[in-house]
Amino acid sequence: MGILHLNRAVYDAIRAHGEETWPHECCGVLLGRFSPANASTTDAAGKELGGWQVQAAVRAGNTRTDSAHNRYQIAPVELVKIERDARRQGLDIAGFYHSHPDHPAQWSATDFAEAHWLGCSYVITAVAQGKATVTNSFLLAGATEEDKRFDQETILVEDQPGTPDPT
Amino acid sequence: MTIFIPTPLRLYAGGQDAVELDAPTVADALEALTQAHPDLRKHLFTAEGKLRAFVNLYLNDEDVRYLPAKEATAVTSADTLSIIPFIAGGN
Repeated sequence: MGILHLNRAVYDAIRAHGEETWPHECCGVLLGRFSPANASTTDAAGKELGGWQVQAAVRAGNTRTDSAHNRYQIAPVELVKIERDARRQGLDIAGFYHSHPDHPAQWSATDFAEAHWLGCSYVITAVAQGKATVTNSFLLAGATEEDKRFDQETILVEDQPGTPDPT
Repeated sequence: MTIFIPTPLRLYAGGQDAVELDAPTVADALEALTQAHPDLRKHLFTAEGKLRAFVNLYLNDEDVRYLPAKEATAVTSADTLSIIPFIAGGN
């Protein structure tokens, strides 16, 4: 299983965003750097810990105002600007996050159909009656749009560099 | 001009996050890009050669679909073209 590294501030921020927008879906972009698995990124059991190291979460507007309780969409022009700012910081788009108000933190058929960023992480937080509960991450794996799939990945919430705290 | 390559497609563009090239129009720039990096073609275009529906092209801050000349729009060396796949979903 892959690993998504989130620092505590990012993890808390994306869950808080979902609580703020409940009963509507929130959405945003995860910025970071990809860290290939190597000897320095394995745990004591030798399990690889490579993957996206997310350093920032950028809130985006949900343009699906017609059905914001169960749909989200980020305006491409907003994404262009977020990516441009990320480049200036030396960061890449690592993935995206959104919330599922009063719905499980599992990807839906809509999530899958609308997922096109291969190799990126899609983080979903379930928000039950305004309170963030489970947060899961799914890597959009596969080589092409035709053979894409979602692979659940472990989220490692890191309070400080070098002290991973599995959740 | 500069073409910004999104994270998922860098693998097919020699690992680059941006490609510099000279071309007179957006369409020519895409053609030059996919000539230089043939593996990109199937990720950007359908088998019929049409831009995939989920691929957005932004010339600077403008959606190419809504420019009067669309992909035939002239470009200069100072322009940037962002390839941005669609992002949406929901439960």
